Amino acid sequence: MAAPWSPFAATVTSFLFIRSRSGLAQSRVVWKAAVTKQRTVAGTQLLRLLHSTSPTQKKNVATSGRNEYTVAFIKKQIEEFNIGKRHLANMMGEDPETFSQEDIDRAIAYLFPSGLFEKRARPIMKHPDDIFPKQRAIQWGEDGRPFHFLFYTGKQSYYSLMHDVYGMILNLEKHSDLLRAKDLLSQKNKEDLIGSRWLIKEELEEMLVEKLSDQDHMRFIQLLERLLTLPCGSTEEEYIQKFRRTIPVQSKKKLIEPLQYDEHGMAFSSGEGKRKTAKANVMVYEHGSGRIKVNGIDYLLYFPVTQDREQLMFPFHFLDRLGKHDMDCTVSGGGRSAQAGAIRLATANALCSFVTENEVEWMRQEYSPLSI
Amino acid sequence: MALVPALVPLLRAGTLSKLHWLDFLGKASPWTSQPSLRMYGSVPAPGIFQQEDDNLQDKILSEPLKHSDFFNIRELFSLQTLFDARVHLGHKKGCRHRFMEPYIFGTRLEQDIIDLDQTVKHLQLALNFTAHVAYRKGIILFVSRNRQFTHLIEKLAVDCGEYAHVRYFKGGLLTNAPVQFGPGVRLPDLMIFFHTLNNVFETHVAVRDAAKMNIPTVGIVDTNCNPCLISYPIPGNDDSPDSIKLFCQLFGMTIKRAKAKRKQMEFLYSLQSKQTSQETPPSSSQAQLS
Repeated sequence: MAAPWSPFAATVTSFLFIRSRSGLAQSRVVWKAAVTKQRTVAGTQLLRLLHSTSPTQKKNVATSGRNEYTVAFIKKQIEEFNIGKRHLANMMGEDPETFSQEDIDRAIAYLFPSGLFEKRARPIMKHPDDIFPKQRAIQWGEDGRPFHFLFYTGKQSYYSLMHDVYGMILNLEKHSDLLRAKDLLSQKNKEDLIGSRWLIKEELEEMLVEKLSDQDHMRFIQLLERLLTLPCGSTEEEYIQKFRRTIPVQSKKKLIEPLQYDEHGMAFSSGEGKRKTAKANVMVYEHGSGRIKVNGIDYLLYFPVTQDREQLMFPFHFLDRLGKHDMDCTVSGGGRSAQAGAIRLATANALCSFVTENEVEWMRQEYSPLSI
Repeated sequence: MALVPALVPLLRAGTLSKLHWLDFLGKASPWTSQPSLRMYGSVPAPGIFQQEDDNLQDKILSEPLKHSDFFNIRELFSLQTLFDARVHLGHKKGCRHRFMEPYIFGTRLEQDIIDLDQTVKHLQLALNFTAHVAYRKGIILFVSRNRQFTHLIEKLAVDCGEYAHVRYFKGGLLTNAPVQFGPGVRLPDLMIFFHTLNNVFETHVAVRDAAKMNIPTVGIVDTNCNPCLISYPIPGNDDSPDSIKLFCQLFGMTIKRAKAKRKQMEFLYSLQSKQTSQETPPSSSQAQLS
């Protein structure tokens, strides 16, 4: 096996020797058993010797897509966006200084009307930060040393967060030990945590700009819970609040409007209702004979179909007040069935003022299409 | 291609004067060589200053290699300090790994006692090697999978300006690094294992991966560990907090010492070169250099 190689070997030695003599005096190409990569010098025919290519030297084309959104590129996009915004404002005849994102959206919808159903496929003009996903900058300096001490773990932000929180826990434990020795330990109050929740996994991922697994997220929340059991100072409280989000308070109770009185002294109440694209506004008078007017027209003439009239009657029927109230309604949008449904909902809402709270609850539970 | 590695020593022998071992062992660094690496086109005339820089760099890098204990590692610890930190305590006889038998002094009530004379020698070699790597601005990665000492080791890494990996070790971290981190990533130049075993008492995957990637390793091997594939094993106890704290202190001190020494050498040699360029006899600086 050696014999066929030797002439080749000789040529290799010779031109490599020449090459190394010829001008690398000031350069520092190092020959090493594991790592070599020859670059072809223009004009000379050199064999490309790849011994055992170290993965750190090989250019992986698959990952070159990662460098798409460089900082310079994003900057350029932002400049173009700002200039384009001003042009658009001029086109629409508006002031470029006070041209907001809503104005841009309206202008684009006007200039490029699109009938596409998928809203995300329609033409948009937004700030590049909203369009291009957040990318991580290169994590190491010129000499190749990474900036973060946990770079080699893969999830540096997450693990450094865990490290910091654990450090806080250790400090607090030491502190609480000192306090306990002097019998100065105070009880924790849990009131700060009511009405807020921990971050969910997606929010944490967004915060750290890193992909996490469910277990990672669970571990993090467990660590924070452990931190909470210890007596925290103000800095720790502030730190914890960064990882809590307030839950929007949902008012479950319906606001029951009090009865209004018109010029004749008649009590009435109004209600609003929607069904599909139909909107209805209704005024129900306390004393009446069951006369209903829709958009100024008697309901018998406005709704020729019996089914629609039954829909109008239903709330009164439910409360056994069929002939007792007069009603004036205005309705717009939708088809006949939708309009009937909208008026029905509006009536139910209006009748809540005439009726006890228990009956309101009963209406809500018994018949959910009334949707109070 | 089996002959090609054999060719390389020939090449090295022939062109030794032109070859420069870079700061960290073996790994060709495009970063330090990029400014002067000729890729295409003709050769630019070598500048005088570049040559001087090279000479300076040569001297800085070759000076420590002329001494056996340039960083004075011997004074950092003694057998007594190792004994006080309980480094000699091994596991029970039943847990003993066959390859650790040479390092075991004996057993006492079925507990293995590690031979501290050997430990001293191995530790000196390992610390000396670490110091040289740190002097040459290599990347040092501390690895462990023992959860009791996670925080301690991460703090050590922050303290001496190096890196730590004490978390779940993802499969292709070293072997598939350009895909995971991005092209052009630099791998560690030394890996120091405080615990060679992971949580299921198997050898840490990083030992094998470092060997695959030609990364030298230093590792504290207990009596139940496999010392194969570790370049500089240190037989010692890896379970007591005292012994791990001692090892952390020792590694921290050597790395800081080596980095300080590097700064000092750079300063001294740059002073010397300034003095020679101004044509004054460099008498005082020469005396300091030895």
